Amino acid sequence: MSSERMDLSRNGNDVGTLGDRVARYAFFSCAFVTVLTTIAIILVLINGAVGFFRQATLVELLGDAVSAGSVDGAADAIGEGLAAQVTVTEFLFGTDWSPLIEPTSYGVLPLVWGTLVVTVGSALIAVPVGTLTAIYLSEYADERVRRTLKPILEILAGIPTIVYGFFALSFITPIIQFFFPQTGTFNATSAAIVVGIMIIPMISSLSEDAMSAVPDSLRNAAYGLGATKLEVSTQVVLPASLSGILAAYVLGLSRAIGETMAVALAMGMLPQITTNPLEEMQTMTAYMVQVGISDVSIGSIQYQSLFAVGLTLFAMTFAMNVLSMWVRSRYREEYQ
Amino acid sequence: MSTDTDGEFDFGGSAIERKRLYGKVFLGLCVSAAMVGIVALIALLADVIYESWGWLTWEFLTYPPSQVADHFVPENYGDLDTGPAGMYPAIVGSIYLIVLTAIFTLFLGVGAAIYLEEYAPDTRLTRFIEANITNLAGVPSIVYGLLGLAMFVRALQTGASLIAGALTLTLLILPIVIVSSQESLRAVPDSMRQASYGTGATKWQTIRNVVLPEAVPGIMTGIILSLSRAIGETAPILMVGAAVSMFTPPDLTSPTGAFSAMPMMIFEWASQPDAAFQHIAAAGIVVLLTILLLMNAAAVLIRNKYDRRA
Repeated sequence: MSSERMDLSRNGNDVGTLGDRVARYAFFSCAFVTVLTTIAIILVLINGAVGFFRQATLVELLGDAVSAGSVDGAADAIGEGLAAQVTVTEFLFGTDWSPLIEPTSYGVLPLVWGTLVVTVGSALIAVPVGTLTAIYLSEYADERVRRTLKPILEILAGIPTIVYGFFALSFITPIIQFFFPQTGTFNATSAAIVVGIMIIPMISSLSEDAMSAVPDSLRNAAYGLGATKLEVSTQVVLPASLSGILAAYVLGLSRAIGETMAVALAMGMLPQITTNPLEEMQTMTAYMVQVGISDVSIGSIQYQSLFAVGLTLFAMTFAMNVLSMWVRSRYREEYQ
Repeated sequence: MSTDTDGEFDFGGSAIERKRLYGKVFLGLCVSAAMVGIVALIALLADVIYESWGWLTWEFLTYPPSQVADHFVPENYGDLDTGPAGMYPAIVGSIYLIVLTAIFTLFLGVGAAIYLEEYAPDTRLTRFIEANITNLAGVPSIVYGLLGLAMFVRALQTGASLIAGALTLTLLILPIVIVSSQESLRAVPDSMRQASYGTGATKWQTIRNVVLPEAVPGIMTGIILSLSRAIGETAPILMVGAAVSMFTPPDLTSPTGAFSAMPMMIFEWASQPDAAFQHIAAAGIVVLLTILLLMNAAAVLIRNKYDRRA
C-alpha cells in the first residue's frame, strides 16, 4: 500500500521550472542537516576527548601542524601535542574522580556507578509500573478510562525534568528522611524515584502500542481454550508483544542514563562508589552540569573532561538506542 | 483442572475460584500501577503550588532577580530601595529563545519532512537519514549542550548568546519536529496530489498549493508541542552558558549578548541551600508550567479547529 502511494507522489511532475529544482535541493539540505548534526556531535566529542587524553585537541593539532611550516616542524608539533595527559586506562578503570580539587584524579568509574545506580533504581520502578499500566490500558480499561489516563500520562511526560528535580528535593527526600532519618538532602534513592516516575509514560505508552498491535484473533483463540483474562494478558499478549516491550524498556533506560537536571539537583555532586542508595553520588550528567555552572577556563583539562565524559555518555546511550532498534526488528512478530 | 477418573464430575471448583482470585489480584495490581502516574502528577502539582503559595505576585513577573531571598518576599516590597525581585529577564529571555527556535525549526524541520515524505527516493541514503533521525531523538539533551558549547559558542564565536541557545534547542527538537511533520504530510490523501498533477501543476506547485495548506494545522501542532519541550529544557542552555544574574532582558539588537531563561533561573534557585529560595523556585516553576499549559492548550485548539477527520 505504501509503495503504491510512493509511486504516485514521487513520479509527479518533478521537472521543468527552476523553482522545482531549487525546492528539491533546499529540502534535501534541510534533511541533511540531521546527518550533519550527528557528524558534528561525534566530531566535537572526539575532538574534545582527544584534548583531554592528550595535550592538544585534534583541531589544535591540525593548527599547530599547519603553522609549523615544515614537515619536520609539523611532526614535532604533533608529537608534542600527542603526549599523554590522562591515560585511557586511568580514565576507564580509575575509581577516583576528583577533577576540580588537587591532587586531581580522572577515573570515571564513580560517575558511571552513579549513573548505573539511578538507571537500575528507576528501572525497578518504571518497568513494573509501566508494564502493568500498559496491560491495563491495552487489555482492561474501557474507552472512557483510556481517554482520561493517557492524557495524564502525556502531561507527566511533558513536565520539564528540572521540575522533577525540585519535586525530588522538596517532596520525595523529606518522605525518605522520615523513614530513614540518617538520609542526607542529596541521595540516590530520591533521584532514582523521580527518574522512574519520569520514564513511566515512555515505557507504558510504547508497550501499550506493542500490545495493541497484537491481533484479537490471538486473544479470542486463547479465550476459546478456556483461558482467563489474566492468562490471555500474561501468556498470550505479553509474549506476542515482547519485542516492542523490550525495546520500550531499553529506550526508557537510555533516557534514564541521559537524564540530567533531576539527578543534578536531587542526587548531589559527590562522586563515590557506594552500595548505600541513601548516600550522595554523582552521575556523568551531573558532573557535566557541575562544570557547566562553575567557571573553569576554556581549554583547561576540566573543560576538556566534559567531552571525555560526554563521549562516554553518548557511547552508552547510542548503544542502547541501537540495541532497542535491533530488538524491535529482530524479534518482531508479523501479524496480518 | 483435575482430570481424575474416580467418577465424580469435578473440574476443581477451587481451581476456578483460585483463578478468579488471581485475576482480581492482577487487575488490582494493574489499576494501582495506573494510579501511580496520576498520584505522582497530583503530588507534584500540589507540592509546587503549596511551596509557591504567597510568593507568586505580579511583581515576581515584572522585576529582575536578586541574590537576597528577602527581596522576593511580598511583605518586604515596600521597604526595599532596590524594588521587589522577580524573574522578569528570565521570562523574556525564554520567550525570545522560543521565538528564535520556532523560526529556525519551522524552516529546517518542515523542509526536512517535505524532502523525506514527498521527494526522497527509497534508497540507502534515505533509510540512513531516517534511522539517523530516530537515533538523534535518543541523544541526551546535555550532549546537545556540549555540541552548542563547542560549535556555536566557541567555533562560530556566538558567545553565550540567545542565538547559540536557540540554535542548540533547534537541533535538539529537530528530530521530533521532523517526525511529527512527516505524519501530517502523510495524512494528506494522495488523491489531492493526483488532482493537482492532473491540472498540470509541477511537484513544487503541488506541495506549495495543495499539500502544505492541508498539512499546516498538524505541522503547527507538532511544532508547538516540541517548543513546549524546548522551553523547559535546562541542560542544553546551561552548557551553552545561560546567565543566572541578568537584570535586564536580553538585548535583541546585539544577538551575541548574554541571556537568561526560566529553567536556568529555577535551577539556580532550587540549588540554593537557603530554604526561602525553595519557595522562589516553586514560584518560578508555576510560571513555567503555566506557559507550558498555554502552549499545549494552543496546540490542542489548533488540532481541534482544523482536524476535519475528527
